[in-house]
Amino acid sequence: MASNLDLRLGIDVGGTHTDAVVLDRDNAVVAKTKQPTSPDVTTGVRAAIAAVVSHPAVETSRISHVMLGTTHATNAVLERRRLHTVAVLRVGAPSSVAVRPFFGWPDDLVSAIGGHAEIVRGGFEYDGREIVPFDAGATRDFFVSLKGKVDAVAVSAVFSPMSADHELAAADIARDVLGQDVILSLSHEIGSLGLLPRENATILNSALTGVAREVAAALTTSLGDHEIDASVLFAQNDGTLMALDYAVRFPILTIGSGPANSIRGAAFLTGLTDALVADVGGTSTDFGMLVNGFPRESAANVDIGGVSTNFRMPDVLAIALGGGTVVRATEGGVTLGPDSVGFRLPQEALSFGGSTPTLTDAAVHAHRAQIGSARVSPDEEAVLEQALLVADGMVAEAVDRMKLGRGDVPMIVVGGGSVLIPDAVPGVSEVLRPEHFDVANAIGAAIAQISGRWDEVVSLATGRSLAIESACAQARVRAIQAGADPDHVEIVEIDEIPLAYLTEPVARISVKAVGPLGRL
Amino acid sequence: MLIQSDDITALARGCAVLGTGGGGEVVTGALVARQALADHGPVRLVGLDDLPDDGILMPVGGIGAPSVSAEKIGSGDEVEFLREAVESVLRQPVVALMASEIGGGNGLYPIAAAARTGLPLVDGDAIGRAFPEVHMVSMNVAGLRPELVVVADERRNVVVLRPVDGPWAELLARSVTEVFGGSAAMADYVMQVSVARGAIIEGSVTKALEIGRTVMAASDPVASLLEAVDAVQLLEGKVVDVERHTAGGFVRGSVIVEGYGPDAGRLVRVEIQNENLVALEDGAVLASVPDLITLVDSQTADAVATEVVRYGQRVAIIAFPCAPIWRTPAGIEIAGPRAFGYDVDYIPVEARHGVQP
Repeated sequence: MASNLDLRLGIDVGGTHTDAVVLDRDNAVVAKTKQPTSPDVTTGVRAAIAAVVSHPAVETSRISHVMLGTTHATNAVLERRRLHTVAVLRVGAPSSVAVRPFFGWPDDLVSAIGGHAEIVRGGFEYDGREIVPFDAGATRDFFVSLKGKVDAVAVSAVFSPMSADHELAAADIARDVLGQDVILSLSHEIGSLGLLPRENATILNSALTGVAREVAAALTTSLGDHEIDASVLFAQNDGTLMALDYAVRFPILTIGSGPANSIRGAAFLTGLTDALVADVGGTSTDFGMLVNGFPRESAANVDIGGVSTNFRMPDVLAIALGGGTVVRATEGGVTLGPDSVGFRLPQEALSFGGSTPTLTDAAVHAHRAQIGSARVSPDEEAVLEQALLVADGMVAEAVDRMKLGRGDVPMIVVGGGSVLIPDAVPGVSEVLRPEHFDVANAIGAAIAQISGRWDEVVSLATGRSLAIESACAQARVRAIQAGADPDHVEIVEIDEIPLAYLTEPVARISVKAVGPLGRL
Repeated sequence: MLIQSDDITALARGCAVLGTGGGGEVVTGALVARQALADHGPVRLVGLDDLPDDGILMPVGGIGAPSVSAEKIGSGDEVEFLREAVESVLRQPVVALMASEIGGGNGLYPIAAAARTGLPLVDGDAIGRAFPEVHMVSMNVAGLRPELVVVADERRNVVVLRPVDGPWAELLARSVTEVFGGSAAMADYVMQVSVARGAIIEGSVTKALEIGRTVMAASDPVASLLEAVDAVQLLEGKVVDVERHTAGGFVRGSVIVEGYGPDAGRLVRVEIQNENLVALEDGAVLASVPDLITLVDSQTADAVATEVVRYGQRVAIIAFPCAPIWRTPAGIEIAGPRAFGYDVDYIPVEARHGVQP
């Protein structure tokens, strides 16, 4: 039985293309495809699945897992479409009412989500004491007033990462009033410390559950059409995977999975654990750092659709430099972009007989690439040579900004426009161009591991190691719940941040556990 | 002059720069200020000369752990509890509020407090930057005693303190805050307007606003920031090491930044006690308290707070002159390098780097 289930299907939705790959047990590429990304995303995903499984080497009955990295959730928030109406409850009076729910949000997003919010009494201190008792009566009144008017519920309580009791009590009331199967997002399961960004993420998560269910259903149908009976996993923003049922509960975690997949894919294709990764697309190049096999995370809080959340995303430096970047000669010298001919490159670039000089033409002229056959005039030659010098300078500057340490680092170049990058870059020890670089993102999704994260505030007075041990155990449980193999879960990150101005030693501990896919 | 909602983004950026890594994070503070302005209308910014000499001036701010106030963002009513206590003790009305500390989120909460109470806000503060301890204020430098300190929480617990001096104000207020759950609202050095003359740092709110506006309008934010505050750029580079631990209720530690570009090959270490205290290179001091040392994003010039500085961040370390009162013998004694345990003499940053401010 198990021996027949030896293939995995990875899909990654990008801005321009939706890529799919099928990998075998040894992670070798059996088939790959690049399809245009469709406006509704789902059609492009279907086309990519159909194309890749039509390869003669792919026997669909042998596919054990399907991994999807998708932009559905991001697009739903950006376009304010297909979002659930949410009942937003904050358990935080009187300690946390100085800013009300939805304050500072874009108006159109608030109306898309309904704008129903209430603050009731309750919440905890950092040390687990109740600030004031939870107001069950007011909570019930709020949910009763919204009966039949909302699709989902989002609950956030003060210091719920420390004690979730008030959120859980509110959830019980929501189920009692709105039905046992009401969609619930509880902030202690979603974000870390910082009430307002955690509440924002919880509201967005709740609003996205409808989209997540649609995607899950569409994907399941599409896989059924090809007689693929596999377990489905979604890529998340840290380069790891979560099980389908988990992704349906926590769709917000899928936002930002694209760069994470490309960095992880680059790691896998080269076998490196520490390197710089350049993902060169049609319009821009994303530089990321691979550290201990995972993307380095950015320090800043992340805005999603104009809403501040406390999610961590891969630290990416994007520069306007891609295969389709338009080259112009001006009085002050040659300028690059920032506009790009995008996927019209095969029609518009000089090398393909078009009339627009692009960076791809510059790379062809410098013999970095052999594409097309058009001749360029001596005037154009000079411009293209100059353009490549400018581009190389931009790459060198980006490398200098991203890398750490004085030594040179290897750089892995992936993506459709990777011919732009020269073989010698200052600060780079070696430029690696792995096979299948063009579908690195989909490969990144297909080879990813499963993770669990735990974040809490603990008193260190009773013993620091005990506190860390307990946080590690919780992170492990979360990874296993998300589908990781219980026997091979490892702790990959322990972050300890002491809280200032308290006489008792208290710290916020954040732990990440990662493990390979559990066996079926 | 009126402070409106549209001013808050610029003010928050300026307060973050003056926060030298501390003073509480500005994101929540800015939201609290905006909500109060939206609910209660704009705040009137006044000078001391606009107020009666015998009127009571109430400096306000938050005390406690920034991570706690990011959860317990406050009820907003705390300022009313403080004001009631002050007025019942002094039997005189409060005529204006002032920021105790312009740096960080503490520069923004007084905007919300003024909007809610309808009281004018004095264009000034008691530090001109952020400092970790309650007694590190200009009134203390000027030889004033903290006659009346009031600490309140969101439940309406109010504690009135009559400390004998600044260090006792720090000890007492800190322990009350701990019992309250790690964050509280505080009015300290409540005083008459006539007493405040020469004992506060005037113009700090407009200074923070100007910093923010200049940086936001600039095509080269870091360069414009350097010019706006007469700062020296000590280094531009990447954060290669962050070490933090708690000691005596404070976050202590250091950040090491490795230069790139023109600064390639250089390493600068910034020592921290909630705020950035000293910048060192090869054991030599580049800048120290009471001058301001701020880490800013190398592209946006946004200040990077101590609690969020992370490995890999690309920053410029800038240093600039403190308010003149801190350069007096008393100022240096209270908040110079030795007040923080560094056995070095204070040398003004512009003197160290041979530039004229």
